[in-house]
Amino acid sequence: MHNHTVAQLMRGLQEKQFSSVELTQCLLQRIAELDSRYNSYVTVCDERALAAARAADAQLASGSSGPLTGIPIAHKDIFCTTGVRTSCGSRMLDNFIPPYDATVVSDLSAAGAVMLGKTNMDEFAMGSSNENSYYGPVTNPWDPTLVPGGSSGGSAAAVAAGLAPAATGTDTGGSIRQPAAFCGITGLKPTYGRVSRLGMVAFASSLDQAGPMARSAEDCAILLNTMAGHDPRDSTSAERAVPDYCADLDKPLDGLRVGLPKEYFGAGLDSATAACIDAALKELEQQGATLVEVSLAHSELTIPTYYIVAPAEASTNLSRFDGVRYGHRCDKPTDLNDLYTRSREEGFGDEVKRRILVGTYALSAGYYDAYYRKAQQARRLIANDFSACFEQVDIIAGPTTPGPAFSLGAKSDDPVAMYLEDVYTLAVNLAGLPGMSVPAGLVGGKPIGLQLIGRHFDESRLLNVAHRFQQSTDWHTLTPVSAPSSAQGGVA
Amino acid sequence: MQWETVIGLEVHLQLATKSKIFSGSATTFGAEANTQASAVDLAMPGMLPVLNEQAVRYAVLFGLGIGAEIGRRSVFDRKNYFYPDLPKGYQISQFSDPIVGTGAFEIQLEDGTSRTIGITRAHLEEDAGKSLHEDFHGQSGIDLNRAGTPLLEIVSEPDIRSAEEAVAYLKALHSLVTYLGISDGNMAEGSMRCDINISLRSAGSDTLGTRAEIKNVNSFRFVEKAIQHEFERQSEILEEGGRIVQETRLYDADRNETRPMRSKEVANDYRYFPEPDLLPVVLEDAFIQALRDTLPELPREKRERFVKQYELSRYDAGVLVASRQLADYFEAAASSAGDAKITANWVQGELLGRLNRDELDITACPVRAEDLAQLIQRILDSSISGKIAKQVFEGMWAGEGDADTVIAARGLKQVSDSGALEAMVDAVIADNSAQVEQYLAGDDNKRKKLLGFFVGQVMKMSQGQANPPMVNQLLAKKLV
Repeated sequence: MHNHTVAQLMRGLQEKQFSSVELTQCLLQRIAELDSRYNSYVTVCDERALAAARAADAQLASGSSGPLTGIPIAHKDIFCTTGVRTSCGSRMLDNFIPPYDATVVSDLSAAGAVMLGKTNMDEFAMGSSNENSYYGPVTNPWDPTLVPGGSSGGSAAAVAAGLAPAATGTDTGGSIRQPAAFCGITGLKPTYGRVSRLGMVAFASSLDQAGPMARSAEDCAILLNTMAGHDPRDSTSAERAVPDYCADLDKPLDGLRVGLPKEYFGAGLDSATAACIDAALKELEQQGATLVEVSLAHSELTIPTYYIVAPAEASTNLSRFDGVRYGHRCDKPTDLNDLYTRSREEGFGDEVKRRILVGTYALSAGYYDAYYRKAQQARRLIANDFSACFEQVDIIAGPTTPGPAFSLGAKSDDPVAMYLEDVYTLAVNLAGLPGMSVPAGLVGGKPIGLQLIGRHFDESRLLNVAHRFQQSTDWHTLTPVSAPSSAQGGVA
Repeated sequence: MQWETVIGLEVHLQLATKSKIFSGSATTFGAEANTQASAVDLAMPGMLPVLNEQAVRYAVLFGLGIGAEIGRRSVFDRKNYFYPDLPKGYQISQFSDPIVGTGAFEIQLEDGTSRTIGITRAHLEEDAGKSLHEDFHGQSGIDLNRAGTPLLEIVSEPDIRSAEEAVAYLKALHSLVTYLGISDGNMAEGSMRCDINISLRSAGSDTLGTRAEIKNVNSFRFVEKAIQHEFERQSEILEEGGRIVQETRLYDADRNETRPMRSKEVANDYRYFPEPDLLPVVLEDAFIQALRDTLPELPREKRERFVKQYELSRYDAGVLVASRQLADYFEAAASSAGDAKITANWVQGELLGRLNRDELDITACPVRAEDLAQLIQRILDSSISGKIAKQVFEGMWAGEGDADTVIAARGLKQVSDSGALEAMVDAVIADNSAQVEQYLAGDDNKRKKLLGFFVGQVMKMSQGQANPPMVNQLLAKKLV
């Protein structure tokens, strides 16, 4: 049952094929036996998970269950969890135990989900390979010499390896979609403002968005039903009704207009990956969709724009980590300046420091107009390109990444090469749009992701297209051979 | 050389909201350290600000009160700097799009003239916490109770020309914000703190000199002294041909001097940028109009009404309207006493004098407005003289009861019984025959002087309780 979807597990629990305790034990056992290969969890909450599972079983027995009662999930370690360390992949927060839950966490537990543990990630969500974690890199279950993608690499690897049926992730520039693509799972970054950011450690406030990572579009819809909604404690969360994201999953694709941005199919896209994407698009066409070439003319501005806006916001979001109130504090500071300097020097890793420096520079007097203000103008142009496209088409489709997962260490010394990995995902965050990655094939045994981009708050349409695609393909059901289907002594 | 002082003031006004500007924590002054600091105030990871609507209302009320432009779309910005009492490492403030734009403000000076001081802007921001440098054995303690208290920073144009004008400006501002009910204006508790930008230039020049900024001065008296001291310091440097360093200085009240804090010539780069955790504040006309409809009569309008309605001088009216409670007290007393001018004299003279001496606010005045009115009525109906009234007032102040009670208890009622008065007049005439002869032989001038003498003798004999007009009449009748 470790490879079942959330929808299947919900049925199994309802029909009493197994209990939540059995399910949870099975997964905890797999984590204990297998995760040393992947390093996908930084904290496993055995006792807490079993207690929650027992409570869930009691609820299921009494018929008072919620939509996710008894379903085990993993949370990216960026979401604050009461009483459970929330490290954000950083030495800075290695000792941080929040006294509160993120809204995403409290909503999912209120719906009955059982938290298995906290997943590994790039430090402060900064990275595309999960090599920037204080807790060491995560490996890709499809091939342990490959990266799982980042920054939600732990969540993606855990789902792919059968160590959690679903997990939460966050996406500031592709951090849900890119690891979902690399690990062969389905991931959704909702519209900016759809899911509360409260209690999610901030990287870039105007770009950060939480979303589900799972084995199917249907599972993403089920989770989003619980995660989405207005939070009065997050001023940027949308005051907008939440539809039932499962309602339109089966809607036929007849008449659907799919835009293919020519900029996403040009130089830089690996040819084998391109072939997978073409095949996937043909499938949509066969189901009645029309493919339309469109243009996102300012695409070349995406990477420079993103790498000004995101570090600028990060540079001040991370100022609170100063060694004064919580988190890492250097030993025996000699004065205030020493306290700040050494606590931050010791607490942050290289990539985080690099982005703080870049962001500080971009906001500095004399450079603000040349960098930050320009970037805001470029951001507007990029968003306008999408708005213009959505007058012609219903969704936009293309590759999630330029190619499949790369080798561990291959790009870790070359930040710009690493940043180029996100060339197709960043613009979606700059425009605040919903985006998904759906498994669409294998290249040399490595998964490839099809990216779908929708209009603001049109998650239902993305999920519908992804679900229909998954009804006629089986890429999302493939599992990596490195993750044994049955752990020794496992219940499944 | 004649130097002209050029002063601009930045006032940080704590708004009287019940909770903080971006969190639900209480803002009560004086609570035990860190008991009014939530996860938001502590800048715990993942915490987000939510704007307190009441703070917006108060800022708009201020803008309406000074006839300023109201920012229809104002934006919060982050002002970045590291300090232990600033938990986020940035202060949420407003930089390029403040909620209140340009306005103006009239101040009254003691010589009866008035001046208009321009207001550049007023913006919303959050207060920082406090660093406590004592009692921690060489370390510092942090109290975050104040962190996130809403502030309105009110920036004036460099229109102020003297310490007296600066104090008049602050008093008028204090009066306005307490009328509006948007701040308690309690300077001792830091509800109103002032940064002074001051420079000198040769009289008649229209270019600005290099300024010094004196931070965080928190009383009218210190503002006056700091400006006086800074004038002396700067003029001394300039007289000797030196130049003023642009810098931030601190006023030390104990030594009555200013001294440098940190040089601003190497300008602090606050890296302002729009706060991505908050949406721009967009104000609809209806929202602004609804607030305009709630505006009370403001000090200036009230003063003009007093001048007209009670025929008071503008300066006297200005004193009475300085606080809303004082103005209300005066109006209550005047209407029940039936004579506004005498009431105004009493309120400004005895009452304010006594309040000042005992360091009491009008709200804590032991003499009620109706009791003061009764006292004034007793003067008007000749029950007591003005001089005796002061004794009665002392009795009332000491809690001996209302005016009639004190008059009766102390036996201060004026003697108007013509028989008793006649006996006293006769006795004075009999005891002072020499003066009587001089009176009868004297010219008008002489007679006037001596009449005063006789009246004085009768008052003395009556221990001040004789009715002076009746004594005059009797004397005039007998001295023929």
